[in-house]
Amino acid sequence: MSHDYRALGLKAGLEIHQQLDTKEKLFCGCPTLLRDTKESNFEFFRYLRPTQSEMGVVDRAALEEVKLTKRFIYKAYDTTCLVENDEEPPRELNQEAVDCSIMIARLLNMNIVDELYTMRKIVIDGSNTSGFQRTGLVATHGHLESSHGNVGIDVLCLEEEAAQKVEDRGDSVVYSLDRLGIPLVEIGTAPDIVSPEHAREVAEKLGMILRSTGKVKRGLGTIRQDINISIAEGARVEIKGVQDLSLIETIVEREAARQVALAGIKKELNSRNAAVSNKIHDVTKVFSNTSSKVIQKSLKGGVVYAINLPGFAGFAGKEIQPGRRLGTEFSDRAKKSGVGGIFHTDELPNYGITDDEVDALRKAVGAKDGDCAVMVADTKERAKGALEAVVIRAREALVCIPEETRRALPDGNSAYMRPLPGAARMYPETDVPPVEITGERIRNTKLPELIEQRIERYVRDFKLNGEMAGQIARSANFILFENIMHSVPRASATIVVRTLETTLYELNKEGVPSGNINEGHLIQLFRLHSEGKVPNEAIGEVLKIIACKPESGVDSALRELGIGGSTGGLESIIDKIVESRMDFIREKGMNSVGPLMGVVMKDMRGKVSGQEVSRLLKEKISKKLDTIK
Amino acid sequence: MQAEEYDKVRVEIKGIAYEGTLMPSQTDSIVLKLKNGYNIGIKHEFATITLLEKKDETNKLKDTVSAEKRKNEKLPRISILSTGGTIASKIDYRTGAVTSQFSAEDILLAIPELEEIANYNCRMIYSILSENMRPSYWVELARAVYEEIKNGAEGIIITHGTDTMMYTATALSFMIETPVPVVLVGSQRSADRPSSDNAMNAICAAVVATSDIAEVCVVMHGGTSDEFCHIHRGTKVRKMHTSRRDAFQSINSKPIGRIEYPSREIKMLSSYVKRGEKKLALHDRIEPKCALIKYATGASNESLLFHVGSGYKGIVLEGTGLGHVSTEWIPLIKTATDAGIPVILTSQCINGRVCDRVYDTGRDILKAGAIEGEDMLPEVALVKLMWALGESKDIEKVNNTMRANIAGEITRSTCL
Ligand SMILES: [Zn+2]
Repeated sequence: MSHDYRALGLKAGLEIHQQLDTKEKLFCGCPTLLRDTKESNFEFFRYLRPTQSEMGVVDRAALEEVKLTKRFIYKAYDTTCLVENDEEPPRELNQEAVDCSIMIARLLNMNIVDELYTMRKIVIDGSNTSGFQRTGLVATHGHLESSHGNVGIDVLCLEEEAAQKVEDRGDSVVYSLDRLGIPLVEIGTAPDIVSPEHAREVAEKLGMILRSTGKVKRGLGTIRQDINISIAEGARVEIKGVQDLSLIETIVEREAARQVALAGIKKELNSRNAAVSNKIHDVTKVFSNTSSKVIQKSLKGGVVYAINLPGFAGFAGKEIQPGRRLGTEFSDRAKKSGVGGIFHTDELPNYGITDDEVDALRKAVGAKDGDCAVMVADTKERAKGALEAVVIRAREALVCIPEETRRALPDGNSAYMRPLPGAARMYPETDVPPVEITGERIRNTKLPELIEQRIERYVRDFKLNGEMAGQIARSANFILFENIMHSVPRASATIVVRTLETTLYELNKEGVPSGNINEGHLIQLFRLHSEGKVPNEAIGEVLKIIACKPESGVDSALRELGIGGSTGGLESIIDKIVESRMDFIREKGMNSVGPLMGVVMKDMRGKVSGQEVSRLLKEKISKKLDTIK
Repeated sequence: MQAEEYDKVRVEIKGIAYEGTLMPSQTDSIVLKLKNGYNIGIKHEFATITLLEKKDETNKLKDTVSAEKRKNEKLPRISILSTGGTIASKIDYRTGAVTSQFSAEDILLAIPELEEIANYNCRMIYSILSENMRPSYWVELARAVYEEIKNGAEGIIITHGTDTMMYTATALSFMIETPVPVVLVGSQRSADRPSSDNAMNAICAAVVATSDIAEVCVVMHGGTSDEFCHIHRGTKVRKMHTSRRDAFQSINSKPIGRIEYPSREIKMLSSYVKRGEKKLALHDRIEPKCALIKYATGASNESLLFHVGSGYKGIVLEGTGLGHVSTEWIPLIKTATDAGIPVILTSQCINGRVCDRVYDTGRDILKAGAIEGEDMLPEVALVKLMWALGESKDIEKVNNTMRANIAGEITRSTCL
């Protein structure tokens, strides 16, 4: 489906969460190290309860959370401390993380605050042991250039990463504390994004700028994006947890499509005078002899409840995103009460539920033609909660598109998570003093070269092609690359990039301890290579030996392979071959170089560089030919 | 009109405008709470402030559930006496202000489970930081406890800051003979955070206050998890960690019992005085001029000299090991006891019993007239000495009191 996004009034904003690669966590001295949960050496559990607030406005998200009384189990490690356990006040704000935030704020043309206040943002899903996330606003009023003009960067916050959810056991949730407290920058754009492609462009550019600092963590889960999307006749929907950049475009497309579809459904429902009845009917009897396995199972100690949605026939089954219907949205809401799902008459008979049962169900709830009945089988309490949630969602379908927080699904669709959070429940973190950020500190922050500028420079200075320049410019090895090129100006940049980015990676995958190879080894190796003393094909083998015996050095590795050193051995071999093939040389003249290359290389492959063989052969043959003349 | 704290304002500086609520500032910067909830600090010099809207005084949301209405006649009557420790807080997210709650209504609103356990009558005795506690406040508190019990309270809960809770618990143990539970409770993590230990501690305290454990005790977390609380005897408890939830531990004895959470089931771990066993009595005289002096390697005897010469009425020494101080101190101990100043020896080991009969130094200390504090904690010995001197000025009587077990502070056999 393709839309004219301008005509739809599409507005989107991005919120990017990027972990910083600092030595210590934001509020304690623990390393920012992720651990295997098997290495956990201690476990404890807590309950969280919301603190009373005098806020006049009822917070919908807070209310929903309060309904759950969950036990939160935390896994601790020998790399976490009492601060993560919420058993000790936080230490002072990590200044390395502050510097890094200043750097990013400057790259985004932002205005940095004079004093950074750490706040407590209430979060009671257990992901923070304290029940709040510590966060501070570092900068505002920035912008990013894009193909559709400047996109405003409204806020940059420095905050602590939440604990990683390991397992949801229903009445308890297990979290791992290794991630809790890793510094994170949250960057929020203004809703200036106008199309799905634009969203992708902005996300990519922000990602490039963040990586350019060299101060951010890489890899899966170290960056997460949330997207706010609305169309003119829709509502603000926040889609959380997009880990794959390539999905952003699809997500914006599909959310726009969802809102268009829901707006259409609303119009049609209203024109049909559809309504929602909140009367919940006990229809357990209808299914007392059912052959539906799902219902049989739920009926053990459970009930079947149903509601009627007058005028909804056909709409519950109406698709609003590929593979997702209005009925799926009912089901998402119902599942929050703990039920496995719901059935609606738009999709029945099915799942072992027969025609007769559907008729009896319709009769029991008083559904006429054009009505849709929704049923659920579970315990009384859950079934009731589920249908109440469906009633709310169905009512919304008549009047509006609900503002909500949704979870990104891997295919680019999204599913209901919770209502949009109300005004932030925030209050000062009195345990952390405010940090003054002076103009001098801001001015003294050295700005990094952006990756896109670096790529241009590599193409220009090292004659790399765009692809390889991009590969090494984006890599964490770029400084190593530059150091090698600086020390060995004659080195082949292409070979250096391939070695750093491909060969070393592959050796590592084979289990070779490539971490033992240092910059000195590489510089010496590429120096010999540039002098023609190490053939291309031998680089991997040489590195393998160095990795295993790093202390004995490059020369010893070459000796072990029988390459490099003096070219004396090679010369005598070539002399012999030339002597024995004089007839051939006489016949072909300089054209004999190619075929003889093959002969020499058959013996010497991997030990000498082809370049060097070719040079020596040419030299010797031309000498011979001269003597013949 | 001039903008005041909590007014909505616009602050402009170098062409950038921020809108938000003007907050109280500790420094000379302007602190602004932005619409998104964040506070930021702005340097004064070049900023201009425009008033947008005066603060709204009317919109204080007050939940009006009367404690009267909530009363369930079948439940026991408990008095909650507040001394400054917070068991319930409220946050105003518009301003970020945190306020402690002391009324029964507000406490029940914050911890509704308490309603299922008892009916409450709340009294604020004083509101101080725990470190500013003084012996004269114990007297006031002991009298309030006495009054409440006399007026029919079937249990007492005292909310207290944790820093000096053990001193107050000890003082009350000596000052009150109680037929009902007297429970001190607090929180190690502030009540304004969702993870606070306040609610669980308060719920467990209420369970103990309605139980048949008629002792002065401290009820606090027993572990880092929200799993159970320990019931510590008031004279055997010590704060052993600066910040952990389970900072309170029974020393040289087992806790009286534990309360499982959230089941609220009590398990007894040692013997205790039962409800109604003792008759209500108040012994509220205290001699505050007593000192606890710690001996450290090389410490000069001048500090002891100072106290002896400055009108101190009793001295507790926190000695090394089995209860020793440098031999240089011994003549001064003699001077003190000769002058009618009791000197009690305790140990900085905290764990274990004092025994001054093993080494020469110890024997000399005893000869100089000092009393062994047995397995009493140094702080407990100090408070007991203040109380004993309030009861009698006669050194022999005081010494006998110090040797005797009055409120569970001295055990016959040291626990494993
Ligand atoms: Zn830590």
